[in-house]
Amino acid sequence: MPSHDVLIIGAGLAGQRAALAAAQAGASVGIVSKVHPVRSHSVAAAGGINAAINVADDWRSHAYDTVKGSDFLGDQDAIEVMCSEAPKEVMHLEHIGVTFHRNDSGELDLRAFGGASMKRTAYVADITGQAILHVLYEQLMKHHEQVDRFEEWFVTSLLQDDHGRCCGVVARDVRSGRMETLRAKNVILACGGAGQVYSPTTNALIVTGDGIAQAYRVGAPLMDMEMVQYHPTTLVENGLLITEGARGEGAVLLNSEGERFMEKYAPNKMELASRDVVSRAEQTEILEGRGVGASKDGIYLDITKVPRKRTLEALREIVNIGKDFAGVDITREPIMIRPGQHYIMGGVKTDVNGATSIEGLYAAGEVACVSVHGGNRLGANSLLDTLIFGRRAGEHAAARAASMAMPEAGEAKLREDEAMIAEILARSRDGRRVSEIKQELGETMNQYVAVYRDEEGLAKAHETVKRLQSEAESAYVDDHGTVFNQDVLGAIELGYMLDCAEATVVAAIERKESRGAQFRTDFPERNDEEWLKHIDITASGDGVGGGGVGGPQISYSPVTITQWQPEERKY
Amino acid sequence: MAETHRPPEQFTLRLRRYDPESGEAPYWDEHLIELEPHRSVLEGILQAKAKFDGSIGIRCSCRAAICGSCGVRINGEPGLACHTHLDHAKASAKDGVIEVEPMGNMPVIKDMIVDMDAVHWKKVQRVTPWLLNDGPQPEREHLVPRESMVDVTQAMACIQCGACVSDCLAMEVDPGFIGPAALAKAYRFVGDPRDEQQHERLIDLSEDPLGIYDCTHCFKCVEACPKDVNPMGQIMRLRRIAGADQHINDQNNGHRHEETVTTLIKDYGLLHEAEMIPRSYGGNSWFGKFHPAAGKELLSSLPVAVRAVMKRKMSLKIAIFGHKIPKQDLEAVKKIYAKVEGKPERYELNLYVSGEDEPVPVGVGAASTEGTETESMDGSAA
Repeated sequence: MPSHDVLIIGAGLAGQRAALAAAQAGASVGIVSKVHPVRSHSVAAAGGINAAINVADDWRSHAYDTVKGSDFLGDQDAIEVMCSEAPKEVMHLEHIGVTFHRNDSGELDLRAFGGASMKRTAYVADITGQAILHVLYEQLMKHHEQVDRFEEWFVTSLLQDDHGRCCGVVARDVRSGRMETLRAKNVILACGGAGQVYSPTTNALIVTGDGIAQAYRVGAPLMDMEMVQYHPTTLVENGLLITEGARGEGAVLLNSEGERFMEKYAPNKMELASRDVVSRAEQTEILEGRGVGASKDGIYLDITKVPRKRTLEALREIVNIGKDFAGVDITREPIMIRPGQHYIMGGVKTDVNGATSIEGLYAAGEVACVSVHGGNRLGANSLLDTLIFGRRAGEHAAARAASMAMPEAGEAKLREDEAMIAEILARSRDGRRVSEIKQELGETMNQYVAVYRDEEGLAKAHETVKRLQSEAESAYVDDHGTVFNQDVLGAIELGYMLDCAEATVVAAIERKESRGAQFRTDFPERNDEEWLKHIDITASGDGVGGGGVGGPQISYSPVTITQWQPEERKY
Repeated sequence: MAETHRPPEQFTLRLRRYDPESGEAPYWDEHLIELEPHRSVLEGILQAKAKFDGSIGIRCSCRAAICGSCGVRINGEPGLACHTHLDHAKASAKDGVIEVEPMGNMPVIKDMIVDMDAVHWKKVQRVTPWLLNDGPQPEREHLVPRESMVDVTQAMACIQCGACVSDCLAMEVDPGFIGPAALAKAYRFVGDPRDEQQHERLIDLSEDPLGIYDCTHCFKCVEACPKDVNPMGQIMRLRRIAGADQHINDQNNGHRHEETVTTLIKDYGLLHEAEMIPRSYGGNSWFGKFHPAAGKELLSSLPVAVRAVMKRKMSLKIAIFGHKIPKQDLEAVKKIYAKVEGKPERYELNLYVSGEDEPVPVGVGAASTEGTETESMDGSAA
């Protein structure tokens, strides 16, 4: 049985950074990913990474912007950790080889980004996530003796010992179909968000909330799950992302009257207000009939304002996306966009070291909720989040491993999961197809749990999710093989997604106010008196509901405020 | 303006299926799907998978040509399934049916899924794919020229999809060839001023008989690459830096051979085949003919020469005196050389370095981008 001090699930930025940090600290490390590491969704992060590295900048300014961006729901101690450690982390990335673009003096160049009070986003053209991810993978290849890679292995369960401590995972080698117990002193979940719960979404097909659901099923609380970010610029055609870097470089938003409407909503920051503000502004324009396109459900993003040479050098990827996916040359004409699901601020509740409430279980990156993003994440803070808390989790887990013996991990869960897969394969074709259920889930969430929400819609969504949960139990698959059976993995992922969807809907119903990404038309004001607190969702263990672990139970935890008192939010 | 909304159309997909557990040979499997014509082949396959047969195997994730998962062959040509429009694929299909197969040069695991570890990633490992810079690090960032980082961005833009590996002709003949993707990765370090072992890397890649001089200039990788990484261009840049800048005369004689081609065309306007081997050993010197290794190679290539003469690909006259082209043509060739070699700096083709920001005439489409870029193409490529 493979055994490691630190076993990391997910090999995007958070996972790879955690692996390298744990290995650096002397731990034996394994990293498991259901896809090859460079396919991880971090690859799609385009615009850049925030850090107060300009000598005229101060990490406190970055922290304040983040607190304000979070609509004061972010925990300020965690935000201070992230922002104060950011410059050192970006320099570390530079030292190991990230090809950050430079200014004329050869220093890291910085671009403007939404919600930031000055330029503090370091970048590699508009492939920043890809560049960092590939460089971290270079380092994993370099340190292959310290880090065992389980590439294309799919995790089905977290393991707990008799004391409730996390002691490994059960996973399936996708290539051979073989199931195995991977034993570990610590497990770090770093397997991303749950964007596929929505349709459309900017998120990749692999982003199915696996880690969130796995932690939830062993009793770890989820936090801020109602906070779902809609990105202001996603392609009307198919929901693909157009980076915020475009607006950072000077692109503007126009409605059907050719009006730069952000003047009305955010007269100071205009297009570079925080994402929740810009997305709501766009949605309002569309709802009031000033959308563009045949169905009047789009907004124009006009990048022609940016000098063409600059666009080709710094925004090349979206030039390609415009050309290949919308048939538009963005250097010559505006492109039609609209708000689209992009990120979840919520996730598995952790402290600033990535530790969850389950001993031996950590989480970092989008799967986690520290909470540094609160009600709304600022652009270019997600890469930072993954790297800072990935590293901290890796270091902390390695330190914990040094003072303990390898726990026992039985084979019972392995047998259980083998039986679970056999049961899926044996289902008759009486039920619905997995793909149908997934589609209905995505459309439901995008209709009712989107930019604007209300009690009635959320109740409908809740009802639908519960029905889909029961339908999923008999959903059938076509593939009965063992080698690369993506079909059966899809059925397991559907269960993960439904858990995440349920937590999101329940939390959105619970929060009876408007804050950050949660805008309730029936409670349109922010209400600090009653709702300046996190909503935690825990599986009740009553056996009813998703994953057989029981329905969601609601509790609250306080928001940590260190130096910035809540105030009215204006951009 | 954005493409106007087009109604869905029907497309037939013919997918190459292979089930390693069945003991059966690969076979073709057809599905009729319905989507807007500008949707991708991947979306078509996903529709077939969702509606008709969940067992269709294809790696995919981002749907936006960023993650590099869905490398396949469509109507025989390598590319990303998510990056190919259904209508374009249909237009290039021989019988109107869109054929999708696994990539080439790599073993098939199942359906359209290939074993990239066995080939692609092994080759990437070969080029020491990490920054070699073990000295003390500066307090802040390394200060490097602005242009250098924009320059290596083209190689960094590689998403490791394997499309170039799939159809690399040199690799087909010689599976040991390091290949386009891994060599483009190598350029990412050689072009990075922070790397401390560029010279050692170049010696390594030049001296390896399966290294940079094993590429045969077929342009297949350039056409295959969905991200315009231009792998062959990166290989040529490695050669120019190794040979012309760092004077690495490899044991394979790759560099001298390349120089010979360049100087022969400069002198004669066309290749002078009989001079090729002598010059490859002795440079432009007349004594090169007497280089012992040249004699040996001349002898060993005699049968080829004889066959060429017999098949009238070559006449004795041409073999001795070389090709003749009209005087004014030769002068034109020399002028090109003078222009290219007279430039103070070598220009390299790079999509991220896109020339001047000249005003664009109204009504000119995206195609004009190419013009600006090719202007900066380096003419010294062999």
